[in-house]
Parts: sequence; C-alpha cells; structure tokens
Amino acid sequence: MTVFFQQVVSGLAAGGVYGALALALVLIHRATGVINFAQGEMATFSTYILWTLTANHGVSYWPAFAVTMLVSFVGGIGIHQAVIRPVERGSQIRVVIVTIGLLLLLNGLMTFIWTGEIRAVDSPFPGGTLDVHGVVISYRDIGTIAVCLGAVVVLWAFFQFTKVGLALRAAAVNPAEARLVGIRVTWMLGLGWGLAAVLGATAGVLTAPSVFLDPNMMQTVLIYAFAAAVLGGIDSPIGAVVGGLILGVGLNLLGAYVDFVSELRLPAALLVILVVLLLRPAGLFGTPQVKKV
Amino acid sequence: MSALLELRDVEARYGPVQALRGVSIDVPEGAVVAVLGANGAGKTTTLRAVSGTVRRSGEILLAGKPLRGGPEAAAKAGVAHVPEGRGTFTELSVVENLRLGAYTRRERSVKADIERMADHFPWISDRGEQRAGTLSGGEQQMLALARALMSRPRLLMLDEPSLGLAPLIVREIFRIVRELNEKEGLTVLVVEQDARIALNAAATAYVLEVGKVAVSGSSAELRDDEAVRRSYLGY
Repeated sequence: MTVFFQQVVSGLAAGGVYGALALALVLIHRATGVINFAQGEMATFSTYILWTLTANHGVSYWPAFAVTMLVSFVGGIGIHQAVIRPVERGSQIRVVIVTIGLLLLLNGLMTFIWTGEIRAVDSPFPGGTLDVHGVVISYRDIGTIAVCLGAVVVLWAFFQFTKVGLALRAAAVNPAEARLVGIRVTWMLGLGWGLAAVLGATAGVLTAPSVFLDPNMMQTVLIYAFAAAVLGGIDSPIGAVVGGLILGVGLNLLGAYVDFVSELRLPAALLVILVVLLLRPAGLFGTPQVKKV
Repeated sequence: MSALLELRDVEARYGPVQALRGVSIDVPEGAVVAVLGANGAGKTTTLRAVSGTVRRSGEILLAGKPLRGGPEAAAKAGVAHVPEGRGTFTELSVVENLRLGAYTRRERSVKADIERMADHFPWISDRGEQRAGTLSGGEQQMLALARALMSRPRLLMLDEPSLGLAPLIVREIFRIVRELNEKEGLTVLVVEQDARIALNAAATAYVLEVGKVAVSGSSAELRDDEAVRRSYLGY
C-alpha cells in the first residue's frame, strides 16, 4: 500500500504539469479553435529565459520566475498578433500549419541561441523529503502540485469573477455576439494566447529540474498534455486539469505494477487518445458537439 | 423632434449581392420606428449596417455624429443591437449575460441595473445562475432584450423579436418596449415581419422592398395604405 501511495503522489506531480500544459492547449483551442502544436516549444523557450536569468545573470529564482512569466505573457500575445491573427479568418488547417511552423521556428531559434547542449535548471523547492506514515513525499513534488493547482485556481477565479475574464469567455464562445456588446474580440483572443503561454511556461520550469533543459524538452510532455486534454475534453478547462492528474497517476501506477509499461508510457498515452476519440470524442467533461444541418 | 439616428443613402452588400440600394431612414429621439418588408427586403441588413456588422457605404449619423467602424464602436456610441434569433450567450449564465450587456459601462451601477431588469422580468431573480441556452425561447428573447438594456442604450435595435414565439410572449415583449419608450424615452428601431404588431408599437414605419424604401409614413397612414394592407397586413 505504501508503494501505491508513493506512486500516486509522484503521479500527481507529473499530472499537475500535464494538466497545466493541457489547460494551455484548451485555452487556445477555445480562443482560436485549433491545437497549438508550438505550445511545448513555447514552454521550453520560456524555461530557457529562466535559465539564462538564474544561471548566467545571477538573478535569484523567484524574481527570475516573475520576469519569465511576464515575458511569456507578452510573447504569447505577440505570437497571436504577429503570426496567428493574419491567418485566423481562413480555414483552421492554415492556423494548424502555422503553429507547426512556429514549433520548428522556435526549436531552431533555441538551438541557435542556447545550443543543443543540455542544461541543469534548479528547482525552487528544497531537496528533502517528508515522511507521512511511511510514504516518502519530496518537497519538490509538493511544490510542483501546489504551483500547478495555484495557477489553475487563479486562472479559474480570473475567468469567473472579473469583467475581463467574463469578456474573454464571451469572445471565445460567441465572437459575433461579443462584438455587439462592445468587446474587442481580437484583444481577448490575444489575451488568451498570453495566458496560455504563461501556463505553458509554468509547466516548462516545473519540468526542467527533473529532466534537464534542451530544445526538445517539452515534446514528450506535450504528447501527455494532448492525451490529458483529449481525455478531459478539449473544450473543458476542468477536464484538462483532471485529465492531466488521471493520466499522471495512471501512467505512474501502470509503470510501478506492470513491468513492461515503463518503457511504453508514450504509446500508452497515445492509446488513451485513440480510445477516448473512438468511445467518447467529447472527453470526460466536454459537451458533445451538436452540428445543426 | 431632432433625429437621433439618420441613414442617408446607405448601401450594403454581401459579396456580389447588394442588400441595400440607397436606404434613407430617420429615427427621431424618443420614438419607436418600425421597418417592415418581406424576406430578403433588407430589413436585417439595415440594422446590421447601423451596428457595423456588414460593410456599408453612405452616411449613418447617431446624434449628428457619423457611426464608423465595427460593432464595438457602435456599442460604445450607445447602439444596442438585439440580433435575429435571440442574441444571448447560450453557454453563459443569465447574470453573466446581463453583466456582458453592461460591458461598455463602469462596473459600479451594474448590480442595481440587474435588479432593475428583474423588475421588468421577474423570473430573472430566481434563475440568475441558469445557463441561457436552457431557457425557453421567450425567456431567451427577454434576456436578449434585458441584456441590450443593460448598456443603457441611446438607441435600441430589435430584429424580429416575434420570431418563433407565442403571441402572448410577443405581446409581453412589445408591452415592455412601449413602457420603456413612454417612461424612459428610449428610442427604438424595430424590424418586424409581423406588420400588425409593428404598426401597433411604432409611431412611424418604413416599408422596404428589394433594398429600397418603398413607402414610409405614420403607422396610421400605412395601415390605411391599400398596397401595404394587401401585401403586409393581409386584408
């Protein structure tokens, strides 16, 4: 039983990261109607900013974290304005292709600026562990879970209780109507991209301490985030987070109890995507699409 | 009375299709004006031209100032447009819809105004958390109206408020519109296919035919007009 809880807790930490990145995907899907394939590289880019500030310029962790989030936010808005907005009115496949182009561009840019060499990124949390009735929990896992949940709660409160948050939701669900009440929809969509970039950056800096930073760091995490978003429902913010946690815990448990799965984590995530899309395309929390003909 | 809204030779097109071919309409301050006509005559497009949701040329003046730009600008200038087919955010709650109606205003008086809407539409106070999409058709139309009023508009534009609704509910909606007009001096431009209802509610009316004003005058005059009676009132 101890092993079980051990795996659940570390699974929750991984799941929190998947959930944060999945939520970023959901935000952009709701705003722009597509999957942002560049979300992982955007997150990695943000992590490099944090690494540069802390390792090269001697900035202490949390100020560097704040600057990283700010730069990511502005960068997300900038990406929307510069490359997404011009193709937004066309077919969705154009936007998808642009995000794939963005993936390649950012990846190349990172290799160019920071070389492909792997870098160690510090964790902001102490290295020790906590013993709860024999279950050993690292402070790092606790911190990761806390930051992910914190980010999700703050975001939820923003959407639920602020005027701008409400306007952003309105712009996403019904842009034509939103313009009629005076909402500048393009600004709101840009804001959605900015918030998604911040969430992605959070996922990136929390992933880096355990895997080392290189330009491809978030590529597998992005696959898990896809699976989490599909599992929870690609239009459901709550679904993304719950999907991330289920996936994190589930994969960890499978890895601990079924011998061969530890090497097959990635295919297992792809299997989740396939099964959900076949059996329940709307996901656990999504609303099934009804198309009027 | 000075005109709050003036349309001068307004033209509008959807791609190759010209929907308005030089429409001129005056809406006096504090009046209810109706636009009548058959399907495809350009009634909806007239409202869309005012709110900037269709490309248009010609002159549109609100209180003497030209209306330019998209619907955001029109909303800011004080135009509240309730589009055809229940203009609500179906995925958001009743109260959220009302809050969005007041988007162009400062937040402070919004709560008081939501209560004011509940005076007009008593069911709102019990069902503020309900999703708009789960309301009945009549309630959605009332919510769309309430949402438009939340902006404290200078000009309210209603597009086919009677569409698909029971006569009792239609009467209720027009009763509220008339009340707001009489008590608060709200200026209303209403598009209706049901000419009888529209002529009852409005002081003056314009009849559109293929993108042009065919006849206009006071509601009494139009009711007596032989052609209007035969085409639109059916007796």
